[in-house]
Amino acid sequence: MISVRGLTKSYGGTLAVDDLSFDIHPGCVTGFLGPNGSGKSTTMRLLLGLDEPARGSALIDGAPYAALRWPLRSVGAVLEARAFHPGRTARAHLLALAAASALPRRRVDEVLAQVGLADAADRRAGGFSLGMAQRLGIAAALLGDPGVLLLDEPVNGLDPAGVRWIRDLIRSLAARGRTVFVSSHLISEMALTADRLLVIGGGRLLADTTVGALTARGGGSLEEGFFGLTEGIR
Amino acid sequence: MEWIKLRSLRSTRWVLAGGMVATVALGVVAGYNTRSVTGDPTSNVLAGALVGQVVTGVLGVLAMTSEYSSGLVRVTFAAMPRRMLVLAAKAVVFGTVCLAAGEITVVASFLGGMAALRSSVPHPSLSDPAVLRAVLMTGAYLALTGLAGLGIGAILRHGAAAVGVLVGGLFVLPLITGAASRATGKFMPELIAGNSLAAVKPVAGFTWSPWLELGIVALYSAALLGAGGWLLVRRDA
Repeated sequence: MISVRGLTKSYGGTLAVDDLSFDIHPGCVTGFLGPNGSGKSTTMRLLLGLDEPARGSALIDGAPYAALRWPLRSVGAVLEARAFHPGRTARAHLLALAAASALPRRRVDEVLAQVGLADAADRRAGGFSLGMAQRLGIAAALLGDPGVLLLDEPVNGLDPAGVRWIRDLIRSLAARGRTVFVSSHLISEMALTADRLLVIGGGRLLADTTVGALTARGGGSLEEGFFGLTEGIR
Repeated sequence: MEWIKLRSLRSTRWVLAGGMVATVALGVVAGYNTRSVTGDPTSNVLAGALVGQVVTGVLGVLAMTSEYSSGLVRVTFAAMPRRMLVLAAKAVVFGTVCLAAGEITVVASFLGGMAALRSSVPHPSLSDPAVLRAVLMTGAYLALTGLAGLGIGAILRHGAAAVGVLVGGLFVLPLITGAASRATGKFMPELIAGNSLAAVKPVAGFTWSPWLELGIVALYSAALLGAGGWLLVRRDA
């Protein structure tokens, strides 16, 4: 369970995240929908303790991220594509992360198989296609078998097979009781993936609703519902 | 985590090996060219450290900046939010490897250089404590330069800029300060290495104890690592 209260963050003079408050519950996929620059990535970075908020709190199962003893065992995150050193093999990348979380080596083989990279495990990650790179990122997120998953625009740049694979994975993880928080600016994909929706614009929370409710607001179209909310907000 | 990261990069291994070979080769050439009977053959054959320090320094920089350039740093800090610990682990792992490689390299340089010395020139031996001191200190210097590179990398987070500062600090700064005052040479790491740490016979202007001089170099590296660590914790990832 993720709890955010009054979260605020500025970079330089720009207010990136403005007094956000919401809860994210396990067992369903919560989508984070908003235009580019609306504060989605910033919110996730604040949740992971990568940036310090100016005000407010972002707690995971009641505790700040920094208080987690073995963070990767509680929270798995994919924030950027290709967040690995190109000279390392996929296996070495995952082994290093497993070592950081006192996880057994067999977890590395397990997640590699789970994401379909078992054959490419000993190749330099720099040679991976975008789809393979995203799967490596997801393998890293799943390494500690965490209860919470944060995914920032996971399907950007993927081919249809990749998009569907991630969507199926996300839905199955949520169905098995995990807390899944996925951000995107692709409305049609969000309609297929998410149950609950947090709509963000200009750093502020515009709606805490469900896909069904926002679609109804838009007269049967999620896109219309979304634009109705975010009209004129930048 | 950091040990796996260091040993899983082929490029690091090759660059380090290349640097070691170049350092030894320079030492052999310097030994061969030593003609003076009254000079300091030990210091001469350790001249390869000129190259060695750039290699270890740059590897140190890259150990940190490559995390930023690839975006790995955010994964690393998510896996291990205690950032000081991450830097400390990098320093221990990298420093130990550099020290081992450094000492192997300088001993090989010394032995190779001695083998290349002309028979007319006196041949120092490692059983002489001053010679042993010079050799081992030069190896330690290579490791300290590597750690300084790691610190500069943590401060600047950008590879090219950090290498520039490293090279500038090692080679350009002494030229500038030396033009103003020769007395500042005692504080310049690169000059310290050649004229004090590696020297068996005293050199004019470097009369301080080599242990003190080594301490000064260690202090620089510690300060750079400390500043890097402080910034790492305070700044957004």
